[in-house]
Amino acid sequence: MPRHVVATLRELPPGGRKRVAVDGRDIVLFNVGGEVFALADRCPHQGGRLSEGRLVGLVEAAEPGRYTWSRGGEIVRCPWHGWEFDLRTGRSRCEPSRLRTRAYDVSIEPADPGPVETFAVTVEARRIVVDVPGR
Amino acid sequence: MDDLRSGGIDCDIHPAVPALAALLPYLDAHWREAVVQRGLDELRTVDFPPSAPLSARPDWHGASSVAAVGAEVLDPFGTQIAICNCLYGVPMLFTEDMAAALARAVNDWIAREWLDQDPRLRAGIVVSPQNPEFAVDEIERCAADPRFVQVLLPVADELPPGRRAHWPIYAAAARHRLPVAFHGGTTSKHAPSAVGWPSFVTEEYVGRAPAFQGALTSLVCEGVFARFPDLRVVLLGSGVTWLPAHLWRLTKFWRGLRMEVPWLDRPPAEIVREHVRLTAQPFDLPADPAQFGAILDQLGSDALLLFATDYPHWHFDGTDALPAGIAPALARRIMVDNPRATYPRLTETVS
Amino acid sequence: MNVTVRPLATTPAASRLSVIDCDIHPARSTPDALAPYLEQRWQDLAATFGTPRRLGYQEGVAYPKGQPNAARRDAWPPEGGPPGSSLPFMQAQHLEPNGVAFGILNPLGATGQGFRNLDLAAAYARAVNDWQIAEWVGRDARLRASVVVSYEDPPAAVAEIERRAGDRAFAQVLLLTRTAEPLGQRRYWPIYEAAAAAGLPVGIHAFGYGGWPMTAGGWPSYYIEEMTGHAACAQTQLISLLLEGVFARIPALRVVMIEAGFAWAPALLWRLDRHWARMRAETPHLTRPPSHYARESVWWTTQPMEEPERHRHLLDVINWLGWDRLLFATDYPHWDFDDPAAVLPSGGTDAERRALFHDNAAALYGLA
Repeated sequence: MPRHVVATLRELPPGGRKRVAVDGRDIVLFNVGGEVFALADRCPHQGGRLSEGRLVGLVEAAEPGRYTWSRGGEIVRCPWHGWEFDLRTGRSRCEPSRLRTRAYDVSIEPADPGPVETFAVTVEARRIVVDVPGR
Repeated sequence: MDDLRSGGIDCDIHPAVPALAALLPYLDAHWREAVVQRGLDELRTVDFPPSAPLSARPDWHGASSVAAVGAEVLDPFGTQIAICNCLYGVPMLFTEDMAAALARAVNDWIAREWLDQDPRLRAGIVVSPQNPEFAVDEIERCAADPRFVQVLLPVADELPPGRRAHWPIYAAAARHRLPVAFHGGTTSKHAPSAVGWPSFVTEEYVGRAPAFQGALTSLVCEGVFARFPDLRVVLLGSGVTWLPAHLWRLTKFWRGLRMEVPWLDRPPAEIVREHVRLTAQPFDLPADPAQFGAILDQLGSDALLLFATDYPHWHFDGTDALPAGIAPALARRIMVDNPRATYPRLTETVS
Repeated sequence: MNVTVRPLATTPAASRLSVIDCDIHPARSTPDALAPYLEQRWQDLAATFGTPRRLGYQEGVAYPKGQPNAARRDAWPPEGGPPGSSLPFMQAQHLEPNGVAFGILNPLGATGQGFRNLDLAAAYARAVNDWQIAEWVGRDARLRASVVVSYEDPPAAVAEIERRAGDRAFAQVLLLTRTAEPLGQRRYWPIYEAAAAAGLPVGIHAFGYGGWPMTAGGWPSYYIEEMTGHAACAQTQLISLLLEGVFARIPALRVVMIEAGFAWAPALLWRLDRHWARMRAETPHLTRPPSHYARESVWWTTQPMEEPERHRHLLDVINWLGWDRLLFATDYPHWDFDDPAAVLPSGGTDAERRALFHDNAAALYGLA
């Protein structure tokens, strides 16, 4: 798997984000409390840049009116239509299982939702390295 | 086609209370005297004006007579079972005690003068939504009679139907395995549309489709089906063809606004397909019957539709209550299988 | 390695299309940006007594949006001001990259529409129209203004239409869907007559505050319900316009339903035709089925475009309604923006797609 140095940690302090291009792919890096995540910087819905989106917590409810909030900052909402994606998996909060099944479904239909590409991240010698599959 | 038409379960016929006097024997002494002393003669609603073409097929005269209903609709359709949904003006009242008394009277009247008279008949329970506690009491009282197979509510009342104030009604219905059926028409506690009062009966009737859309949105978004996973809802006389586009829109917004209603853990369209059923008259099909297949495909499930004549309302002629060209297997589902799956009490009482 | 790769959704051909965007929302850069166009007495009145509409808030809304200003998060101009307030940023973010040949401006917010004080409403509407010309249309030849009118005061609305008649900077007359009465009712007819006389279509944009609950059964709880309900409200308005015979009485009138989607339209027209046929004695002013008038006189903007699970279902709907009835719109800079390069599933002929994205609007609004 090709490995690419895309940033230094100094460039991406906790709370920071950075948009990088790797092998022709736009990727957004988020540092959430010291943990770095990388996602394809493109919402699979209509192409909004997730790097412009807000990081929010996970809102759930076991039943109507019983809101719970957790995992602050680990969900990115697309800046356009507000679709939520889990930084850890790239999966849509709305339809994670459907998107998982569609992850391998090659489709060129523009409104067809799918998971955002996520990339494994390792922090080596204060450089951020992203594994990006070859084309 | 004839074999398709016989043995069906007609999920929406409308017996009419001929006059308030017919209910007097079923009111207690206080309410009987009050009704008479106060000169309350009638509670007939603005829906379906008696001489309007939509209100009654020219050859259907008998909505006030069990014998005529048998001759005009049950026999010609070879109907196995028909569900009586009485649209008397009880929910429109502002006095909740009076409404509860009249709801009891209508249900007793239906039981004695309809269900006892023809074994093919079942009925929806008329309740007073003005006070959900009273509605629950009436559900508990009527549920002892297995011939009551659902709870009737107006689709547009004081609060949208999903609001938590209504939930005791849904809890009681689910407990007794009674679907909750919303019938068209409004209690006029708000204007019948989002922009005020329409000019024409036709306008208000066509406008029932957007009214049902608002009610369905409410039921889904408030989480009624999340809270009551066993609850089934039936939309009576809602029309059918508006449903796909409505679900596309609601599901689209859910993808962006899930965090507002996080109890919706799957697409609203999926929730509706599991929990909601629609009677298939009126259907509001296009003139070109070839489009029926595409519409069915958009509905995305052949479990959604329930056979109904909407007797005595005039949507079709003869015995063509199903869309032209419908496949026999689907006709069977709509006429028998779907109603049986929707109404658990039918399989208990149908031998 | 948790990589999941799928092709990115792109439609290169569509992204190169020239589009006419029939719904762009310009915003004021500051709260007092309207002042140069509003007489002092109206400024003073608004500053002293506010601008009450038929809702409980002067600032704020009863159904808080999903994100601030209901705007795309990336649409806040770098120089400050709310989304939609910077022409240079709009040009750079939207008009240029999305190939917008023409854009129709539909101002929302405190425009006078729905103000309870009708004199203040008319003054604001006039000021908003002057502001559109001075700050937008006069600075970018691609843009066209809408004649904002105080529709609850038809004589004032007519006066404003007549004031703007003949000015090619204006493409249409703008109404909102949440009105005090159904829009087909006769109190509004003078507006339609004036618009038809001026050769201007009437755009009816979702939203506003008419004082009535969003549903026939009362006020819903959630913003998602309000958003979903705008389509139902638009349906109600179209039912009223058709059954009151507005198009039969004013054949030159052209109406555009804006920002309420369109997938509901075929089923509504089927329903109208069926029940009108049964009940037509009640509306003798209609000599043809309601859908016939709609197919001649009504257009729909595409946004927010419905997104069925199966794309062919949307194409069914477009074919039922007709490619000629649809006008592309983005709703820039709002959150339910439709990207012209991504939103429309593949299907239709090149000519049909060109009609939807460009030619229908060019013909309707006289843009060339």
